[in-house]
Amino acid sequence: MEQQNYSLKQDPEYTPRPNKKSIIKKFRGSQKLQKYLFVYSCLLLPILFYFGIRIIPTLFTFNVGFRDWNLLSTGAQPFVGFENYLTLFKDEVFIKSLLNTGVYIVLGVVGQLLFGIIVALLLHKINRFVGLFRVIYFIPYVTSIVAISWVFQWILMGNGIINDVLVNLGIPPQPFLNSPDQAIYVIIAAMIWQAIGFQMVLFLAGLENIPDMLYEASEIDGATPWQKFWHVTFPLLNPTIVFSAVIGTITFIQVSFTQVINMSVDGSGGPLNSTLSVVVYIYQLAFQQFDMGLASAATVILFLFIMALTIFQMKVLTKKFDY
Amino acid sequence: MVRKWQLALLGVLLLVLLAACSGDEENAGSETEGSEESGDEAVETEEENEITLEYWQYSFDSKVKLMDDLIAEFEEANPGIKVKQTNFPYDQYNEQVATQVPAGKGPDVINLFYGWVPTYVDAGYLQPLPQDAFPHEQIEDEFFPLVEATKMDGEYWTIPTAVRTLALFYNKDLFEEAGLDPNSPPETWEELEDYAVQLTKTDGDRLEQSGMAWEPAQQGHQWLRDGLTIQAGGQVLGEDRKEVVWGDDPAGLEAFKYWLSFPTDLGTSEQGFFTDDVTAFITGKAAMNVDGSFRIGSLQSDAPDLNYAVAPLPGKEAKSTNSSFWTNGITDGVEGEKLEAATKFLEFLTTKDVMEQWIEATGELPAKEEVAMQDKYVDDEIYGPFIESLPFANAHFFIDEAKERELVVDAANRVLMEGAEPEDAFNQLVESTQELYDEYWSDK
Repeated sequence: MEQQNYSLKQDPEYTPRPNKKSIIKKFRGSQKLQKYLFVYSCLLLPILFYFGIRIIPTLFTFNVGFRDWNLLSTGAQPFVGFENYLTLFKDEVFIKSLLNTGVYIVLGVVGQLLFGIIVALLLHKINRFVGLFRVIYFIPYVTSIVAISWVFQWILMGNGIINDVLVNLGIPPQPFLNSPDQAIYVIIAAMIWQAIGFQMVLFLAGLENIPDMLYEASEIDGATPWQKFWHVTFPLLNPTIVFSAVIGTITFIQVSFTQVINMSVDGSGGPLNSTLSVVVYIYQLAFQQFDMGLASAATVILFLFIMALTIFQMKVLTKKFDY
Repeated sequence: MVRKWQLALLGVLLLVLLAACSGDEENAGSETEGSEESGDEAVETEEENEITLEYWQYSFDSKVKLMDDLIAEFEEANPGIKVKQTNFPYDQYNEQVATQVPAGKGPDVINLFYGWVPTYVDAGYLQPLPQDAFPHEQIEDEFFPLVEATKMDGEYWTIPTAVRTLALFYNKDLFEEAGLDPNSPPETWEELEDYAVQLTKTDGDRLEQSGMAWEPAQQGHQWLRDGLTIQAGGQVLGEDRKEVVWGDDPAGLEAFKYWLSFPTDLGTSEQGFFTDDVTAFITGKAAMNVDGSFRIGSLQSDAPDLNYAVAPLPGKEAKSTNSSFWTNGITDGVEGEKLEAATKFLEFLTTKDVMEQWIEATGELPAKEEVAMQDKYVDDEIYGPFIESLPFANAHFFIDEAKERELVVDAANRVLMEGAEPEDAFNQLVESTQELYDEYWSDK
C-alpha cells in the first residue's frame, strides 16, 4: 500500500485532485486499478474459452439428463424428470459398471501409487544408470495404449506365451481375459504397469524435495530404515501422494475406456460385463443405442461420483506435517 | 508514459473481447442458418438446376472404389445430378451419423446395416421408399424375401444392392491331413460333429488345432439364430415380430445345446482361440468356420495360399442359413427434385448391371433372384454355395443388433464360464430377448 502511494506521488503526471472525482477520472488517476483491470482482462480470455468448451457443455449435460433425448431424432426432446436416473438405477448392467469402476479405481490407484513409490525409492538409491532405468520405466507411459492392450491380449490368450510357461511349470492354463473372474484384474494390472512411469516421476520429484538433514538427524537418533521411511519420507511425500491419488483416480476413470475396449474379449466390457466400466457404458448408451438422455444421466452420476471421491481424498489424505 | 501504453493495450484487448463475443453469436447464427438452407442451396445455386446428393457408406475399400466408379457412371447418365460420397470407418459409423444429426448435416442417401434400420426408422431418420418407383409387389417379386427384414409399419424403408449369406468354410489341407475327403464336406449335424472331432488336435488340456472355429460374438450368434434353430424346426420370432417364440418349440433348446456342444462335450472349439475365428481359420489353426461371403475378399488378400473351400451350412430337418445385408435408404426431409434424384440413384443401384459389378468387386451376392441365379454364379466354386443357400436364407429382424448379440454371447458365457445349465441359460436368453422386444413395441 505504502509503496503504491509513494510511487503515485513520484509520478510526474500526478497532481492532487479535489475529493469529488468522477469514476473515469478516478480510474485514470489510479495505476493500481488499471493494473488489476489489465491482469483480469488477460485472465478473462482463457476463462471465456474454458466456459465455452467445458462449463456450458457440462451444464447442458445436466439438462439432457432430464430429457428423453434420442440422438438420431430431430423431433422434440420432452422433459421426463428423474426417469432416466430411475431407469439407470434399475439397470443391472449400470450397477455392475459402477461396481467395476470402483474396483478399477481402488485397486488401480493403490497399485500404481504403491509400485510408483517402490520404483522411485529404488531409483533414488542408485547412482549409476539412473537415466537408463528412468527411461525404461517411463516408456510404457508414452506407448500407445491400443498397441499395449493388443500385445497383452496376445500374450495372455489360451495358446499364448504365459500359458506356455504355466503349463511347463505344471500349472493348469488360465483363461485370463476369457474369464469373468480374472479379466478385470488382468486389465487393471496392464493399466498399473503402464502408469508406473508417470507415478515414478512424480515421486522422484517429491523425494528430491526432502532435505537430507532430516535423514541425517534421524540417523543420529538411531532410526531404522523402516522408521526413516515411515516417519520422514512418507509424511513429507504426503502432498505428492494426495496429488497422485487424485490425478490417478481421474485418469483411471478416463483410461478405463481404451483399455477395456481393446482388451475385453468382445470389445465391449465382456465377458458377462465383468470388465465394463461406466465410461464404456456411457459410450454404448450414447453412440450405440443413441439414448443421449440415459447417457447424460449416467455422466452426471459419474461426475458426482468423481467429485465426491476427490473431496474425500483431499479431506482424508491431506495432513500437514511440519518438521 | 507506461500508463498510456497500458491503457491502449487494455482498450484493444477489450475491443477484441467484445468482438470475439459478438462474433461468436454471429457465427453461430449464420452456421445454423447455413446448415438449414444447405439442402436448398445445393438445388438452387450451381447452375440453377444441378442437384448434389450426399451419399454415405462405411469405409470398405472395395466398396468405396466401386461406388466411385458407379457414381461416375450414374452422373454421366443423369446430367444435372452430382453424387458426393462420404465414408466413415465401420466402428464409428453410427457415432458419426448420430453426431451430424444435431448439427443439421447429413446424407440424403445412406447405406446402413439392415440390423440398424429399425433404430433409424424409430428415430424418424429415414423416409419410406417412394412407392411409385419401388412398388411393394415388385420388390417382393424380384428380390429375395430376406429384404423384408427392413419392412416396417407396412413400408419398405431401404433397398439393398447386394446380400450376404453364411456358409461353411473348410481347410482342404487339414481335411486331407485328418484323412477326410476334401470334396465331401459335412452335410448334416452329425457329420459336422464327427468331422470337427476328427479335425481337432489337443495337447493335454490345451487345444492345438480347433476342428470347428466357434465365436458367438462374430457370426456364431447368427449361425445359432438363423441357421441351427430353423434347421432344427424352430423359430426365433413369431409372425408379428413381437413375440419371441424361440423357447416354445423344443427345437430352440436343441439347437442351443448342439451349438454349445462344440466348446463343451465335443471339446473341438474354444472361445477366443487365436483371438478370433477368422484369425484362427486364416492361420490354419481352425479347420472349419461358419462365415459369410464377405470374407472371401479378405481371405484372398490376407491368405492367398490358404487351400480352402466353401459348402452350404450342414442342415437337419430343414436347410437354413443366415443372411445379412447393407442397404440404402433415403433420409427424412429430402423432398422435391432432390427426392426424385435420390430415387433415381436408388433405382440405378438396384439394376442388374450394378449388381453384377458388385459381386465381381466385393464378393457380395446380388439381391435380385433373377440376377443371382444365373449359371455363371451358381456354378462358381466359391460363390456357388453362397448363392445356393440364398433361397433358404433368413435375415433375423433385429430391433437392436448389438444388444441381441450381447444376449446370445452372455447366454453362452453363462454356460461356459459360470457352469450354468444350458436350459437355464437358454430360458434366460429367451426371456431377456422378449423384454427387449416388449420395450421396443411398448411405445409403438
